[in-house]
Amino acid sequence: MATETADTPSAPQPVSTASAVSSAAAASDAIERRAVVKRWLLSAPALVVIIGCGLMPLLIIFAYSWTKPAEYAGVIWHFQPDAWINVLFQEDLFSDALSPNWAYYSIYLRSILIALQTTMLALIIGFPTAYFIATREERSRNAWLFLITIPFWSNLLIRIYAIMMIIRDEGYLNHALLAIGAIDQPLPIIFTNYALSYGLIYAYLPLMVLPLYASLEKLDFRLVEAGYDLYASRFKVLWHVIIPLVKPGIVAGSILVFIPAIGDYIIAQILGGGKRMMLGNLIAQQFGTARNWPQGSALALTLMAVVMLALVFYATKSQRKRAA
Amino acid sequence: MRLQDGAELTGLPAVEAKNVTKTFGAGPDAVVALDNVSVTIGQNEFFTLLGPSGCGKTTLLRLTAGFEMPTAGSILLEGHEVAHLPPFKRPVNTVFQSYALFPHLTVAQNIGFGLKMLGRKRKVIDEAVTEMLKLVRMEPMRNRKVHQLSGGQQQRVALARALAPQPKVLLLDEPLSALDLKLRKEMQIELKRLQHETGITFIFVTHDQEEALTMSDRVAVMSRGKILQIGTPTEIYEHPVDRFVADFIGETNFIEAEVTQRIGNKGEIRLPSGIEVPRELGQHVAVGGKVTLAIRPERIDLVRPGADCHLAGKVENIVYFGTDTHFHIDLDSGGDVTVRVQNRRGHQDVLKMGDAVGLRIAPEAMQVLKD
Repeated sequence: MATETADTPSAPQPVSTASAVSSAAAASDAIERRAVVKRWLLSAPALVVIIGCGLMPLLIIFAYSWTKPAEYAGVIWHFQPDAWINVLFQEDLFSDALSPNWAYYSIYLRSILIALQTTMLALIIGFPTAYFIATREERSRNAWLFLITIPFWSNLLIRIYAIMMIIRDEGYLNHALLAIGAIDQPLPIIFTNYALSYGLIYAYLPLMVLPLYASLEKLDFRLVEAGYDLYASRFKVLWHVIIPLVKPGIVAGSILVFIPAIGDYIIAQILGGGKRMMLGNLIAQQFGTARNWPQGSALALTLMAVVMLALVFYATKSQRKRAA
Repeated sequence: MRLQDGAELTGLPAVEAKNVTKTFGAGPDAVVALDNVSVTIGQNEFFTLLGPSGCGKTTLLRLTAGFEMPTAGSILLEGHEVAHLPPFKRPVNTVFQSYALFPHLTVAQNIGFGLKMLGRKRKVIDEAVTEMLKLVRMEPMRNRKVHQLSGGQQQRVALARALAPQPKVLLLDEPLSALDLKLRKEMQIELKRLQHETGITFIFVTHDQEEALTMSDRVAVMSRGKILQIGTPTEIYEHPVDRFVADFIGETNFIEAEVTQRIGNKGEIRLPSGIEVPRELGQHVAVGGKVTLAIRPERIDLVRPGADCHLAGKVENIVYFGTDTHFHIDLDSGGDVTVRVQNRRGHQDVLKMGDAVGLRIAPEAMQVLKD
């Protein structure tokens, strides 16, 4: 810095030099402007998608949530915060007094618990699966991954209906169990929490396996050997070496499973019979039978806020850990 | 058991491999990595397994560590059979070629890992870590993450980590191969010091013959899954048993000769020049048989051509190396040899390319090889 100032002559500059400098500045300005235009043009498709398919619908939902429900669906553009109050509180029909909305709380709680349970079980099932694939020979790994992704080729709805055909009271499973004499009346599996969990894990397990595989595949197995060498048994190597090293994959998989699971609608509707309501069903109900679009909008945004808070919480926690 | 300098070993050997065979794969694709190998390594020895890549030296190390199970044979640690034990049940630690330090742990946590897995108390671990950091001179790096260290520092941490649980035997798998020359030389001295200070048996794997000679108490030269020769660096260098060992360790000239006389172990051999010299012979050569002589370049003297020379030839090339000069000599009897002369008083100026020279070799410098 000091040498730079020393090299720059402090004497007044000749006029001609000054004008050359200004025209050069103008030219570089033009280039700069063109670069900016190009940048916007290049990012335009992405911006259109993000604004048109992401931001706009969100803004509409946000606007709806502050309006009054119309009698036959839709909204009346009249400011009213009722939908937001109802997210947490219940208005007494006669006295306008507010009391906690226990019905909703139980739905929130159930959604969170079922989503957590799904995530945990998907992790417990998905980890050995991903480990198995990652430790195969390179050639056969792709075949295994291919098998994991095959379910994605058909529509989720169809697959969930197929599960229903298997586990319902007159389904194949009960038929088979009756035929071999293991039971004398059909097992009531469908419309239980088991059926719901089963459906959720089935649907979202690949989302757990794939990021886990990506992490495990990169794992340096020489570190595993080093662990064994340093007196760590198989379980200790798993706990002290493998799991810390593939943690990014565990986190990615858990997020990918938790988010769709907490907002699930189809699986709860079909396999849970709609009796065990989840947040997704509640939201759908507001837009459908209840004809309360503002309420549905407020609940949808609440769900989003919960998910984002969970992510932010995780991000700050892991950042603090990294800084420590 | 005999160790270097004819010293008798007292107590049990640190490691004993008995008729160990290791085959990878099965059927026609099977690869024999170790072929009926037996070796005994004494307490506190710095023992080196030396050989080209694929000779089985790393396999033998991994069998000792427990990463592989032998196909046949047994491995004893201080007299106990360990061939069937997993690595975490063997009092043996490894310094890996890649170091294999845990990237999610600090330097101190890496060093303390083994003791933690052994269930030692936190205080004990802390003390051991401090001691190890001091031993490898890395005290200020205690709380660094592994990726913040240079290659040489990682090497030291890897050493400290393997030494911290005080293993009976330390296995080193080409630990210096990733370092640059200067650092490698430093670490060689460092390793010798560590071995001396800890008194732990070191088994060192390398393909670098110079490293093997300078560091080891004893060296086993391996090729194609077999041990060809075990001995002190001097024995290996001065008395190689066969052509492979002679060629692999240092530079060697090979000269064909014929046995003309034999009485017991003594005999005479005729050099290509027709000169006959007395030499001790092995059991395998009879009169009239051909033998190969291995002669080190520095054991040949260049003299004026004359009757008292063993061989004669012409200087074909002169290469100046600073400390010494290599003369490539075309022999009159066919073939060529390299002669290394230390640069003391400028022989290199006296001799010019194309000059006729005589070669004189002390009989004991002519090593009769097995084949």
